[in-house]
Amino acid sequence: MSAFVGKYADELIKTAKYIATPGKGILAADESTGTIGKRFASINVENIESNRQALRELLFTSPGTFPCLSGVILFEETLYQKTSDGKPFVDLLMESGVIPGIKVDKGVVDLAGTNGETTTQGLDSLGTRCQEYYKAGARFAKWRAVLKIGATEPSELSIQDNAKGLARYAIICQENGLVPIVEPEILTDGSHDIKQCAAVTETVLAAVYKALNEHHVLLEGTLLKPNMVTPGSDSPKVTPEVIADYTVTALRRTVPPAVPGIVFLSGGQSEEEATLNLNAMNKLDVLKPWTLTFSFGRALQQSTLKAWAGKTENVAKAQATFLTRCKANSDATLGKYTGGASGDSAASESLYVKGYKY
Amino acid sequence: MSCFTSKFADELIANAAYIGTPGKGILAADESTGTIGKRLASINVENVESNRRALRELLFTTPGALPCLSGVILFEETLYQKSSNGTPFVEILKSAGVLPGIKVDKGTVELAGTNGETTTQGLDGLGERCKKYYEAGARFAKWRAVLKIGQNEPSELAIHENAYGLARYAVICQENGLVPIVEPEILVDGSHDIHKCAAVTERVLAACYKALSDHHVLLEGTLLKPNMVTPGSESAKVAPEVIAEHTVRALQRTVPAAVPAIVFLSGGQSEEEATRNLNAMNQLKTKKPWFLSFSFGRALQQSTLKTWGGKEENVKKAQEAFLVRCKANSEATLGAYKGDAKLGEGAAESLHVKDYKY
Repeated sequence: MSAFVGKYADELIKTAKYIATPGKGILAADESTGTIGKRFASINVENIESNRQALRELLFTSPGTFPCLSGVILFEETLYQKTSDGKPFVDLLMESGVIPGIKVDKGVVDLAGTNGETTTQGLDSLGTRCQEYYKAGARFAKWRAVLKIGATEPSELSIQDNAKGLARYAIICQENGLVPIVEPEILTDGSHDIKQCAAVTETVLAAVYKALNEHHVLLEGTLLKPNMVTPGSDSPKVTPEVIADYTVTALRRTVPPAVPGIVFLSGGQSEEEATLNLNAMNKLDVLKPWTLTFSFGRALQQSTLKAWAGKTENVAKAQATFLTRCKANSDATLGKYTGGASGDSAASESLYVKGYKY
Repeated sequence: MSCFTSKFADELIANAAYIGTPGKGILAADESTGTIGKRLASINVENVESNRRALRELLFTTPGALPCLSGVILFEETLYQKSSNGTPFVEILKSAGVLPGIKVDKGTVELAGTNGETTTQGLDGLGERCKKYYEAGARFAKWRAVLKIGQNEPSELAIHENAYGLARYAVICQENGLVPIVEPEILVDGSHDIHKCAAVTERVLAACYKALSDHHVLLEGTLLKPNMVTPGSESAKVAPEVIAEHTVRALQRTVPAAVPAIVFLSGGQSEEEATRNLNAMNQLKTKKPWFLSFSFGRALQQSTLKTWGGKEENVKKAQEAFLVRCKANSEATLGAYKGDAKLGEGAAESLHVKDYKY
């Protein structure tokens, strides 16, 4: 085969397919210690391990949310944490039909000679780390590559380096039993229009799939986590239907049907925007050979965080808020979302941060 | 858009989609003067213009055949020929709802320093030629790139040269109103097994779609004409279901859903083999976002040619033989072929010619 078929092939295919189950999606709860610190700061909560554990316990024990989720991406610390009555998080998730995943990249570094473009690090000893994560219960991984749109960006160097990094990461994961989520995020920053975003997205995705082919990655055992195709952050907004049309067209032109599911990142979109856009894509009457679902971080947790504010007495309320977003996005994967899931103003709040760094 | 916006965009999309109509396919009748000479020689017919014209008239006026066809590929001479009552062939085809196509490549030449690998020529003045062909009534074009499997073949050079030649041809066609059929044929010659063929096919197709993306080709206005994935000519044969499985999987891993149809070449397969394999693919229960059909030359004409033998008195019988194959393949595009086509003389005969040159 052109694809490397190792001892985990059947399991990878099965796991990837399960994660892409219509009606389910991924909670991205893999904020690094530094990043979760910023979130905590916004609600005046101290960035210590017990608080990080408390937040994740709040999310993972929210009643009614498990049927909406097929996976949760974790940061390394969280992979080894337990609930307050001593049950490992990974066990809790697995028992509830939610597959634990692990963020394996080590952040971005600048590409010398470019205008602030970056590449992602984390390949050193990645195989060994994946083996350990597999033993700890993880069954999928995530690696975030970042590109930007500018006068001369993304450059060919940036596209090639990020695509090859993703491909190398992907095959190492598959050698060690983890389904790789391939994430080539093109930041929304800029004043470009939606057509420009579409053109760049198509060029980047074409390069990514060429690299995956060269590295013998088994596409049936992968997932794609792309940006939606939208106007730049400094440009006028457009309707969800327009976003859906451009996004699905870009994917139809680049993502082989062998890929079982596409799990969108939310970028700086508000909770409600992200859900409405996902919903519009699933309502689009055009042939889509992969399921379209979510892998949201901020767009699932924003209002939940605010409702919690670090206080035990707010947990039930926060969990109810979280359930609302989970259900809304579950409906969106089926094209059934009718909008206005919560009257909460936080749900409509843009989560855009210029030059966003994890 | 990543793809360029041709003034012909809507027309290209409509024509490509039309060629992909279920129940229809393409008759490849574009044999060059030299090649048709070999066919005529095999039935003791002189290679003169009137005979070449008579053969094509026989095919295009076969009662009941044209409804099975969405397109016919022509050689340049034929594009300007008429039937015996003075009706231009393109008129006969058009009024029966069959799109005329035109072969535009100028054959292969060797790549120095390789082991007999080739590239295809024909780019010089191609734009002008396409304009002329469009005026003459052509609405799609075809360009055959050839690769082979060997110890060190196909080489990276051969893959790259042929993929980028196809991409350049494709965008020039689209600039001038012709839907490009992209044909990266991997010859069946060799003793390799089906897995090797699958691996090479996936690698070649991935390179083709990267090249098409680089050249801003509008995929919705193209067609793909690949080889089926089979064992080498010197290897043991396998069942149609096995060929179907490996072929469709290779396509799922490489061909974006934006491509409306895939029209297989028959290579050296017999008429019956080619039909059965196509039928098995259309019966396969798996993701196929493109229509799977035929673009057969020898596998549609072989028994017809033998029955005709160049004699006027055999025309009716030859036309009946041709209709049998047209109907069989039409059914195969729907997965409805029962294998009961009345086998004409030579229908089960292998059409493999070692190291086949057009």
